[in-house]
Amino acid sequence: MFSKSRILYNQSFVKFLHTDTGNVIKTKIDFKSQQFINNEVHMKNLVSTLRHRTDEILKGGGDKAIQRHTSKGKLLVRDRINLLLDKSTAFLELSALAAYDMYGGGINAAGVITGIGKIHGRECMVIANDATVKGGTYYPMTVKKHLRAQEIAQENKLPCIYLVDSGGANLPHQADVFPDKLHFGREFYNQANMSAAGIAQIAVVLGSCTAGGAYVPAMADESIIVKHQGTIFLGGPPLVKMATGEEISEEELGGAELHCSSSGVTDHFALNDEHALYITRQIVKNLNRRHVENFDTEFEPPLYSGEDLYGIIDPDLQKPFEIREVIARIFDGSRLDEFKKKYGDTLVCGFAKLYGKKVGIVGNNGVLFSESAMKGAHFVQLCTQRNIPIIFLQNITGFMVGKDAEMGGIAKHGAKLVTAVACAKVPKFTLIIGGSYGAGNYGMCGRSYSPRFLYMWPNARISVMGGRQAAGVLSQVISKGKQWTQKQIDDFEAPIIEQFEREGSPYFASARMWDDGVIDPKDTRKVLGLSLAAALNAEPEKTEYGVFRM
Amino acid sequence: MWSLLALNSTHCQITHVVKRWKSTIRRIDKLLIANRGEIACRVLRTARRLGVKTVAVYSEADQHALHVSQADEAYNIGPPPASQSYLRGDKLLEVAHKAGCQAIHPGYGFLSENVEFAENCEKNNIIFIGPPASAIQDMGIKSKSKEIMSKAGVPIIEGYHGEDQSKAKLKQEAQKIGYPIMIKAVRGGGGKGMRIANTESEFEEALESAKSEAQKAFGDSVVLLEKFVAEPRHVEVQVFADLHGNAVHLFERDCSVQRRHQKIIEEAPAPGLSEELRSELGAAAVRAAKAVGYVGAGTVEFILDKKSHSFHFMEMNTRLQVEHPITEMITGTDLVEWQIKAARGEKLPLNQDQISLRGHSFEARIYAEDPSGGFLPGAGVLSYLRSPPVRDDIRIETGVREGDEVSVHYDPMIAKLVVWGENRAEALLKMQTLLTEYNVTGLQTNVNFLLDLARHPEFISGNVHTNFIKENNDSLFKTKTASETQLIQAALGVILQDEVTDIRNAVNRKDQFNPFIVESGFRINHQFNRDIKLEFKNEEKLVRVKFVDQNVFHVSLNGGKSWKIVNGQLSREDETVTLRCTIDGIKNRVNIFSDDNVIAIFDNSGKVELELEKASFLTEEVDDSVSGGNKAFAPMPGVLDKILVNVGDSVKKGDSLFVLIAMKMEYVVKATRDATVENIFFKAGDNVQKDVTILQFKEENMS
Repeated sequence: MFSKSRILYNQSFVKFLHTDTGNVIKTKIDFKSQQFINNEVHMKNLVSTLRHRTDEILKGGGDKAIQRHTSKGKLLVRDRINLLLDKSTAFLELSALAAYDMYGGGINAAGVITGIGKIHGRECMVIANDATVKGGTYYPMTVKKHLRAQEIAQENKLPCIYLVDSGGANLPHQADVFPDKLHFGREFYNQANMSAAGIAQIAVVLGSCTAGGAYVPAMADESIIVKHQGTIFLGGPPLVKMATGEEISEEELGGAELHCSSSGVTDHFALNDEHALYITRQIVKNLNRRHVENFDTEFEPPLYSGEDLYGIIDPDLQKPFEIREVIARIFDGSRLDEFKKKYGDTLVCGFAKLYGKKVGIVGNNGVLFSESAMKGAHFVQLCTQRNIPIIFLQNITGFMVGKDAEMGGIAKHGAKLVTAVACAKVPKFTLIIGGSYGAGNYGMCGRSYSPRFLYMWPNARISVMGGRQAAGVLSQVISKGKQWTQKQIDDFEAPIIEQFEREGSPYFASARMWDDGVIDPKDTRKVLGLSLAAALNAEPEKTEYGVFRM
Repeated sequence: MWSLLALNSTHCQITHVVKRWKSTIRRIDKLLIANRGEIACRVLRTARRLGVKTVAVYSEADQHALHVSQADEAYNIGPPPASQSYLRGDKLLEVAHKAGCQAIHPGYGFLSENVEFAENCEKNNIIFIGPPASAIQDMGIKSKSKEIMSKAGVPIIEGYHGEDQSKAKLKQEAQKIGYPIMIKAVRGGGGKGMRIANTESEFEEALESAKSEAQKAFGDSVVLLEKFVAEPRHVEVQVFADLHGNAVHLFERDCSVQRRHQKIIEEAPAPGLSEELRSELGAAAVRAAKAVGYVGAGTVEFILDKKSHSFHFMEMNTRLQVEHPITEMITGTDLVEWQIKAARGEKLPLNQDQISLRGHSFEARIYAEDPSGGFLPGAGVLSYLRSPPVRDDIRIETGVREGDEVSVHYDPMIAKLVVWGENRAEALLKMQTLLTEYNVTGLQTNVNFLLDLARHPEFISGNVHTNFIKENNDSLFKTKTASETQLIQAALGVILQDEVTDIRNAVNRKDQFNPFIVESGFRINHQFNRDIKLEFKNEEKLVRVKFVDQNVFHVSLNGGKSWKIVNGQLSREDETVTLRCTIDGIKNRVNIFSDDNVIAIFDNSGKVELELEKASFLTEEVDDSVSGGNKAFAPMPGVLDKILVNVGDSVKKGDSLFVLIAMKMEYVVKATRDATVENIFFKAGDNVQKDVTILQFKEENMS
């Protein structure tokens, strides 16, 4: 059924035939239509831009910095990660676009690579400094990315591996890095609390680990340091000279020999990067943690290719597209057991499988009406009752407005959905596949509703409302009582539309980490599947709801 | 039930009355096989088929050997060295008595041509399966055998082996033998002290130079003279004789293709012989057998002049030869069965007219050795061994299984691959293909070399002679490189094996459908690149593999300048891993083996073994302490014969340090620079593995 099964030795798979086709979504896409072809061209352009930008980000701190880094015998951060992980594992990298086009550019991936991959079969969170990017120093977005990775690890009970090679806080930005609740200090707060919760914290010192950074290995459950390369000290030689006048080399002050033999700050002495990563793998092997849930049942791939999505999605977000066509290209066997199909039909709810695991799907298929909102709330309750993870497919301009809607209580019905989504403790995953505007974002599990993971497609837009609508609202307010010509209105609205356009871009969003990454639509199934696999490391939690206004 | 009883009672009767009416029939129902390896297994097989119980013997090194496991009973006869086990006639006889064997089959080698042992068997009332001791004795002495043959009208090669080394005498003898003539140092070897004089005028100069070279090389200038055959072929005839005075031949074998004077590919019948010459050879061989009162299996060896087709008796081997299966294949006989019957005193199963020659047969001997390293014998564990399935026309004679060790103590032969075809071309084609299916890793073998040999145009055309390997040296020992396809296959093999390992672990965790496993190598918005470092003959090869999609890879051999589209899959059947892959649309299929250190690809060219990159930290510690050049290593596995230096000795560059012996080969290791011996880690008599440090020099002598 799926090609890998053929190389599984000694493993006989029963090829069960699905004679039941009642729940298979039948596609109505006309692959030859001009619309499909135009959409495809547009989306391919967006994807090619995404890949191009990612390629640039992969270059880290650039040729010179890479040369300087590798000449010391140090491995590049991505090579370190590849050596750390199981050889053929997938790697769910998070927020590669963090700090994109910020701080004057060039702070690629915010100088820290985070992501989830398997080590000896265990999903682990890797947080790895890229020392080629400004010495691996922490910009505000670096801190945010580090903390987000820790948050994901904490929520999903993933062991954390810190590959440390950082000069510490980026001093010019210290005010946005050091003092606040969710700043640098939170990293160690998280380490302590995760360790307390039994989530392994392992630090590998592959370079400098200065000042605050020294606490990463010091607070870890187990730590490794590389000889002649790793250093740990609260104050580096320059600071020591300032403070006490003592002149001392980095190695003498905080090298591997000192920390493994005398201070006991680190536990394992590694000869080089490769050795350190080998030791790390051995540590993970000995963690003795069991999987909460396994992927042990064979699954059907979707009936239709994920690449069809390129032609299905209209670049004009005002034009709706059939959400079932999207679902058919993500979930097992393109099957969906729909709930309340004929009621509140602008919200599609139903059960499907992802890599053999049952999931609930909540997908927009138009503006949210009261019925759609109530149906959504009902479905979320079903999922939490049955402990089924929920995937939100967001393409929402908002809840319906207007006299009829308000009179029908759209506000309280919308609130039911928001309440249900906010309180649901099953793993939630959000994918923004089109627009994400206004309160629709809340009802469909936007960032504030703590989905375990949130991704965007490159065509997606996110803002409180559409730029045109916002400009229109503002110009109506400002021009109240004045007689504006159309040109005056246009001149007023143009910069507002431009601002919304810029800030609504997925790159603007991803740079600021309003999501966990912008993904190629054709990879959606894989990314959601990997996220689900990561999420299933945590024990299920019981959901309790707040008051539903009736 | 009834018939069985009847049979038993008849049998009892026979044994009671045997002396009265069949006095020559001797009972053999339990046989001691005084050998090891493939020949022990071979003899065992026939004995078992004949209902004869088998008793094996083994040295301590062979405790778990195949022949031991196959026998009905097995006895330990001593430590590994053959001189203390397989050559200990007294122990063998003791076992024969203890086990109640009536006969001993000596196989080949060891005691098979030992006069004293044959005599002792007789004295102890044990049947020695072989000729009478007298025949062994007569044929064991060169001059004696030649004399007997000459008298029997068998053409012999003329020569002079006399003590009178005066120039005049030698020249006179040369005259008698006739030119061209070969002058050979008695102590010579490897072509040293050997000269050829084509005419009388060349004789004196050639003699002088042979003598002086011999004097320099061996400290002895005694020479012998022999008729020189320019392109000799080694053709031997299988003979068989019974106690009743019958003798037959079973046609000839050609064993011309040799290395280090050992045969590696034999065939029967000899190619290019006329029927007339064939029967002449056969008749001469039968005369030879009869002349010595031969009984049992024997081989009469001839030198056949490739050009003139004249032949001369060389020697007679009074045992079953290694290459006997090819004779069996073309005559449809079982020579071990014949041997047992002859030993019992039965008449030969067939007379000469009933023996016919059908088809053609080849035997290739697969050895643990390094053909490009002067055929130095190897030893080690057969970590992986796959052989083609046997059929009526394919035999694999072997004494080892996967996981067994090829020991330094004995012959490093792993197996004999024997094929039969309707004609030479058909048989050879089978042989060529089957060699590609004989797959070994763990130690070096000559399979690739055999393949090159079997595919050599000169060999294909039957143009064989004893200088074949030397003469075709350049075409047989071409520098091998790993092809692009092989490098890609190796890299893909590594990647897919790693994937299989991950999947297997996942299966054990019941997590094989986990997306992290299923979507192997997936990266977000970019492609995972993995560099596979391979080493072929100390040359590093870098293969860059890009994971494009599930089971779709782009592979570059030039650091990313150009890419090939590759996909593939591994399958495993009967523990054999097959890689099917498609490279730019071309599909191919090879078997592979890999472990932590190497990946081997078995394709139409034989085996290509590539070393895998070792983790840097595993070698780093060693690198820290070792400064190369201050140690002397064993160049091959073997037994330390002599250590010629003591701790504290100062040695000069070129001085001999120690002597290593492996398979009759002596290897002298010399100092590569001036140094002082600091430490010696072994003593004479120790077994050592390849590349172990034998002794160490003082650090300060490093220059």
